[in-house]
Amino acid sequence: MAELDLSVGAKATLSHLGLQALIEALAARNYQVLGPTVRDGAIVYDAITTLDDLPAGWTDRQDAGKYRLERRTDKALFGYAVGPQSWKRFLHPPIERLWQARREGDGFALGCPEPAARKFAFLGVRACELHAIGIQDRVFLGGPYLDTGYQQRRLDNFLIAVNCGEAGGTCFCASMSTGPKAEAGFDLALTELLDNGRHSFLVEVGTVLGGEVLAVLPHGPASPEAIATADAVVARTARHMGRHLDTNGIKELLQENPEHPRWDDVAARCLTCANCTMVCPTCFCTTVEDHSDLAGHTAERVRRWDSCFTLDFSYIHGGSVRKENRSRYRQWMTHKLASWIDQFGTSGCVGCGRCITWCPVGIDITAEAAAIRENPRASREAEHGGA
Amino acid sequence: MEGLERIVLAHPFFAGLEAELGQLVSGCARNLRFDSGKYLFHEGDAANEFYLIRQGSVALEILPPGQPAVVFATEREGDIVGTSWLVPPYRWRFDARAVELTRAIGIDARCLRDKCEADHHLGYEMMKRFLPVVVQRLDEARLQILDVYGKQDKRS
Amino acid sequence: MDPFIPHTYRVDRVRRETRDVTTLELAPMTGERPAFQPGQFNMLYVFGIGEVAISMSGDPAHANSYVHTVRNVGAVSGAIAALQAGAMLGLRGPFGTAWPAEAAAGNDIVIVAGGLGLAPLRPAIYHVLAHRERYGRVAILYGTRSPRDILYHGEIERWRRRLDVDIAVTVDHADPTWHGNVGVVPKLIQRIDFDPRNTVAMICGPEVMMRFTATALLGAGLSSDCIYLSMERNMKCGIGLCGHCQFGPYFVCKDGPVMRYDRIADILVVREI
Repeated sequence: MAELDLSVGAKATLSHLGLQALIEALAARNYQVLGPTVRDGAIVYDAITTLDDLPAGWTDRQDAGKYRLERRTDKALFGYAVGPQSWKRFLHPPIERLWQARREGDGFALGCPEPAARKFAFLGVRACELHAIGIQDRVFLGGPYLDTGYQQRRLDNFLIAVNCGEAGGTCFCASMSTGPKAEAGFDLALTELLDNGRHSFLVEVGTVLGGEVLAVLPHGPASPEAIATADAVVARTARHMGRHLDTNGIKELLQENPEHPRWDDVAARCLTCANCTMVCPTCFCTTVEDHSDLAGHTAERVRRWDSCFTLDFSYIHGGSVRKENRSRYRQWMTHKLASWIDQFGTSGCVGCGRCITWCPVGIDITAEAAAIRENPRASREAEHGGA
Repeated sequence: MEGLERIVLAHPFFAGLEAELGQLVSGCARNLRFDSGKYLFHEGDAANEFYLIRQGSVALEILPPGQPAVVFATEREGDIVGTSWLVPPYRWRFDARAVELTRAIGIDARCLRDKCEADHHLGYEMMKRFLPVVVQRLDEARLQILDVYGKQDKRS
Repeated sequence: MDPFIPHTYRVDRVRRETRDVTTLELAPMTGERPAFQPGQFNMLYVFGIGEVAISMSGDPAHANSYVHTVRNVGAVSGAIAALQAGAMLGLRGPFGTAWPAEAAAGNDIVIVAGGLGLAPLRPAIYHVLAHRERYGRVAILYGTRSPRDILYHGEIERWRRRLDVDIAVTVDHADPTWHGNVGVVPKLIQRIDFDPRNTVAMICGPEVMMRFTATALLGAGLSSDCIYLSMERNMKCGIGLCGHCQFGPYFVCKDGPVMRYDRIADILVVREI
């Protein structure tokens, strides 16, 4: 193997063999390797051991309320956008036991939480997903109180990004400045190159650790042509976004229009089913449940995903603050695109399009934002006879 | 009557009233005193007078049959008691009881209504003073109806 | 210290305040209780039942205990209100923002409490009275449903006996045996003496009562950046990570519960925000 410069920023190429070796090398280093795989008609993230587990030759057709897998004419391993899940389900799991307690004499004693799970290696993290992880880092690790569980799970992550070769039907990362190119936050970033029957991966080193891992895999130099082809792939993806969101002044637009008639319009369609919050890679709301056994000897507290769309979410004083669909949809969208900026300094949305794809009635956050923007303060005009 | 005129004009309710109009109003006024527990008026009585409270306090209450009276407001020094005299049929809709020794100026309602009919300028000055009181009491009554401290209140 | 894991506290004293309100004095099983500021809250846990956010209502300067006044309105608060001395509780805290009692030195102080709102304000009252010379005129206005619901009766009488504090108590309605004020709390504002250009007001009570009171204080000449409210929303974690307590862009658990009125005036009037 030639001694290539594999410092941060360096580029090289990997073949299938190299990619398989990468998976095995990570497993050997005790990483739990997770990546995309086909299951139940969708591409989900799960444990993978070989390249055969990956969705070779598959692509997805996504639109508002629609998701379908289709066969490609080639054997691309990453020829699709994102599926219903995000890496959130590993880093911020749907159910987590916080602690246990047991009765002792007249009182009780609390037990420490269980040690963290194995360290994760994520294969196939899209640019939007890298941003989503960064956003959740700010939520869980950037405030006065740390989510210690999340902190543990984020330790020793190995992230292998993939630059998208296909723009999804509901994607709008370009609008949110979160893609399609992975810029930072990865150990290695791959761009799949398929031309003239040749199938290889341009790999960019993102961290010292990434370089070290790559160094012992079969790899080759990255030719200027390969680099140019990779750039072209990403540029083409950027031009084919399925959706667009105008983010200019979006914070003020939404915060100043809480009584816009569009909220009633979307409320008539929204089922408050909470799909959007579950598939969204940045939604982080949780609730806690306190359980005890029948005899009352032991108790535990479990944390699980919650959604601001549920009626109970805002319950106080014998009733919920947000009773109407309208208020709950407004809360979600205003939080995602506007309040998040006040709270965490960035938008909460990465433009992955999952909420559009997985909404059973096809509500499109980009269309809702555009409708409000088209006629801001419409409610006041309506009061004055629409003049 | 000069002393009474001074007292009437000194009451916060009539703050800023022109001396001439003050004279007109005082012509309908008399000095009153209610011992603790005495009623100023009862529900159903003719509303012949309204009161400027100078000292003491007055409880406004309603007596539901078979239950103890419910006090829904207290008015003190500087307040006025009585707005029923303004609107037909000029009858009190609740009781007013002096909680402690109370001194008040009673202003004859028919006398003042007649003078307001004759002098609309006086009438308008009276309206400008009564309306804010009525509006404020309406706001306060609404807040009371909400029963904010009732079962729903959960400061814990 | 992991902010998710409760510490165990023992109930030292229980005092029944009114028919559904109880005050508990809690001492840590080990070590010292963390210092707190007036206005902050703890998350109190009852074994196997659950957790609820309750403001401190004791003296921040006072020894090694937390005092919490709890009203029985649900499973957890009911369980807490039924605890006996010697029982054990879990506790996480202190969390949240504080009343500006210290920063308000040099001003006239107007404290307006509605119903159980007197409990989260009591620590601020203690602080002000303990440093009385630092403040101008001090007024405490307290309104509740009926004379039977008056909280901290004995303490109010002690405050009333001081010559340097103006206290007015009112009830929404009463029977004729009550010789005090009847009427809503905002009505008391016109009775007290303060310099509106140099006053800090702290309000706590049901949200509607706080809104009406703030409006009345603005009407009396206070500026909106001198009025503080204690907000309340659904809380699960108390530390800004579960998302439940959001109120507009604010998390009531970390941007509140004490919030300055000018920052929230616009949101307060939005229906179902």
